[in-house]
Amino acid sequence: MTDKILISLTVNGTAYDDVLVEARHTLVDVLRHVLGLTGTHVGCEHGVCGACTVLVDGAPARACLMFAVQAEGADIRTVESLSDGEGELSDLQRAFSEHHGLQCGFCTPGFLMLAEGFLAERPQATKEEIREVVSANLCRCTGYQTIVEAIDGCARERRGEGRQ
Amino acid sequence: MSWVGTSVARREDPRLLTGRGRFVDDIHLPRMLHAQFVRSTVAHGTVTGVDLSRTLAVPGVVAAFTAGDLELGDITAMLDRPPSEFVPTAMPVLARDRVRYVGEPIAIVLAEDPYAVEDGIEAAKVTYEVLPPVVSDEQALAPGAPLVHAAATANTLVDVSMFATEGIDDVFAGAPCVVNVRMKTGRQNALPLETRGAVANWDARDEQLLVQTCTQVPHLVRTVMADCLRLAERNVRVLVPDMGGGFGLKCVVGREEIAVGAAALRLRRPVKWIEDRKDALTASFLAREQRYDLRAAFDADGRILGIDADVVCDMGAYSCYPFTAGIEPLMASAELPGVYRVPAYRVRGRAVTTNKAPTAPYRGVSRPQIVMVVERLFERAARELGLDPVEIRRRNLITEFPYTGVNGVTYDPGSYLESLDLCERILRDEDWYSVRDSDRVVGIGYSCFSERTGYGSAAFAKRKMAVVPGYDLAEIRMDLSAAVTVTTGTLSHGQSHETTLAQIVADRLGLDLAQVKIHQGDTDRVTYGFGSFASRSATIGGSAVARAATALADRLLHLGAHLLETRRDQVGLHHGSVRAHDGRSVSFEEIADVAYLKAHLLPEGAEPGLTARASFDVQGDGTFSNAAHGVVVELDPGTGRVRILRYVCVEDCGVAIHPQVVEGQCRGGIAQGIAGALFEQVTYDAQGEPSCASFIDYKVPTALEIPEVAIHHLETPCEFTESGAKGAGEGGTIGAPAAVLNAVNDALRRTGVELDDTPIRPETVQRALQRHGAIR
Repeated sequence: MTDKILISLTVNGTAYDDVLVEARHTLVDVLRHVLGLTGTHVGCEHGVCGACTVLVDGAPARACLMFAVQAEGADIRTVESLSDGEGELSDLQRAFSEHHGLQCGFCTPGFLMLAEGFLAERPQATKEEIREVVSANLCRCTGYQTIVEAIDGCARERRGEGRQ
Repeated sequence: MSWVGTSVARREDPRLLTGRGRFVDDIHLPRMLHAQFVRSTVAHGTVTGVDLSRTLAVPGVVAAFTAGDLELGDITAMLDRPPSEFVPTAMPVLARDRVRYVGEPIAIVLAEDPYAVEDGIEAAKVTYEVLPPVVSDEQALAPGAPLVHAAATANTLVDVSMFATEGIDDVFAGAPCVVNVRMKTGRQNALPLETRGAVANWDARDEQLLVQTCTQVPHLVRTVMADCLRLAERNVRVLVPDMGGGFGLKCVVGREEIAVGAAALRLRRPVKWIEDRKDALTASFLAREQRYDLRAAFDADGRILGIDADVVCDMGAYSCYPFTAGIEPLMASAELPGVYRVPAYRVRGRAVTTNKAPTAPYRGVSRPQIVMVVERLFERAARELGLDPVEIRRRNLITEFPYTGVNGVTYDPGSYLESLDLCERILRDEDWYSVRDSDRVVGIGYSCFSERTGYGSAAFAKRKMAVVPGYDLAEIRMDLSAAVTVTTGTLSHGQSHETTLAQIVADRLGLDLAQVKIHQGDTDRVTYGFGSFASRSATIGGSAVARAATALADRLLHLGAHLLETRRDQVGLHHGSVRAHDGRSVSFEEIADVAYLKAHLLPEGAEPGLTARASFDVQGDGTFSNAAHGVVVELDPGTGRVRILRYVCVEDCGVAIHPQVVEGQCRGGIAQGIAGALFEQVTYDAQGEPSCASFIDYKVPTALEIPEVAIHHLETPCEFTESGAKGAGEGGTIGAPAAVLNAVNDALRRTGVELDDTPIRPETVQRALQRHGAIR
């Protein structure tokens, strides 16, 4: 069980060729504690809360439900990839701030990555569709309304519809 | 322009949005060990053996300790009440010979990595002599019940009878209308999305145990840590990193935090403990399981004449520190009459102990229940007397302030009637009453309530707590660059204090918001403080920082006048400078340059530096925020599902420092209130085994269950907080269950069925609709 396996994967554009993991190590633990990317959070470790959501080859995935070895060769994006190195926020991050879509901020990286993946796949998403997607993750602070509004606001701006 | 009242961009946001926050699990120290706990698998029993030999043989496991190895003091929360009213429980950091709930920690295991420590836990062997468990309040109070604590005969930790207005029995005997409500509310988990956790290490150079823990009450953790480990307080420093919510669950001292500190001290290595979700759901602190038996007397016009109440709270296995098991029954007993003019009142409040995980305060503490039960009384009386349910409330609401109630509490001015009127008008204007009159199964419900916020020392002293939280301290310093750092004893964990307290300070000093930094959660930076709970931060913490800022402004004016060679009354603050009436000015930077680097230029007797310190406490009964909630629900006869069609909240928390933050608190609170009304419940089987160990069994509502909430603001400024703000942290949670319950009952009006218990189960609703012919 504790035998080590060498894996390679790409995270936020950086190729890691020699990550030594145990077969039982989850992807989220490896991202956080081996690669030091602590922006992705752990909320339940059984795939319900979605705090650990990252993009695996572009699609949102629960990093607590994947073993790191399953990410062999995958292209992973975490919350740390959303803004540039200078700290300029992306339009999605700005929308969360403007709409007060976060309070304690613990669930936020998961919602950001969920929305990042969803809007890339479905830029025309309606507010109702966004609410349904938002229901994939748990937030205990906001009551969700401002998260939905933030994602909807970002989608509208990307579509050139301006602010509602 | 003032910063207060403006929804500025939150200071917290950039780091939290980019993954650069620092939560406790993000902390990594060299040579750090990972801890988990061997926990009781029985609800009630005597521990006959703990064998950790196989644990210690697991690769990666470094150490494992039981209670006997660590010899720590117990965590004992006290009330200054006689034994007839209060029985304390000594909660050991690790269980000794007796275990009282499934999940109670028995041993701490330490390993080189978090996976190895789980292997170590699995290898531990504990043997028990199982005792019969007590798993409900009825069972606890039954004659001959097994005793959870030998000293608590009748399994009762708190038993307080209060108020008992003279002649109350005659009031009931002579009343034209008497209604009863019996209600039970489910046990809940406050459920911050970040579970509990701590990192501790001994710093030999500072001679300090540094404890980084996600707590709402860092100084209280320091006090208990020092006490249990027999250290001087100065040898413990508690630092609070970013925190993923608390909602009360983290405003008590956890035994695991103390054990982590003890292990770090013993091993002289950093130790990290991160609670997993299973432990968070089963073995942390729970709340809200209460039973009410109430009757109320009304006159023929629907004016309430009296309330007679019996409240039983199932507090689980131990008293939490510092509040004790009295937290729920004493809150319920003191606050029950609420926003209504109740002339006669009698209450008995009890805390019973059972073999379940202990309870802590949870957002609203008992007020969600007392509002539910009182609002049910009015609904029932309205129906008996043929009155409109809104009208009966109007006839009874407190409208003249200050008002001193039968409970001895003085209510400061609020907008009780105005908020209800506006709430009803909105639902009427939006034509929801026509929808209600259609053949859909639709109901409309309201709740009216106030929420005491800013509990000062006087208010908590009335509870007779041995530790009296109340005041808070603030310390402010301006540096050479004229930037300001303010330390506060309060502690934001989602409430945006880094922004809102900075707004208060920036206004007092005429500074740009970016010039003000709020520093919180460091016991070495503030002498003492009580953290954040009970909606105390904007009121008490906000007033303390305001006073510190005013004191610093005075100092700047004094030094500025001196440097301008004029009198103190000839100068004022102006955009980062002190300006004389004749137009000459000296900038804050120039004043700071003298205060720090050219002290010989200071006025005679003036101390160097630009610092100030202030405190704030509330002398009276606190300040009351208020609100009215109006809800429209539709019931699905096929599934029994309760769908919320419309939710309107009219709230008044005095001056809103940051309106967007206030709305966020309302909406988040309402979501938690709806969760309690319709979804969440921790249950146990007959052996005391918890049935909710994952989010599959404990249903936390998502964006599909929580509706949009329309919020309208009224503003009755508080007369004694520095900014005019009242607390806004809990109202949403307090008002929502009652409004939802009333709306569901209104939708069931054609069935003759009335529901008083929460959570309201879909199967209950479906059965009511099917059996009683509401299906067309």
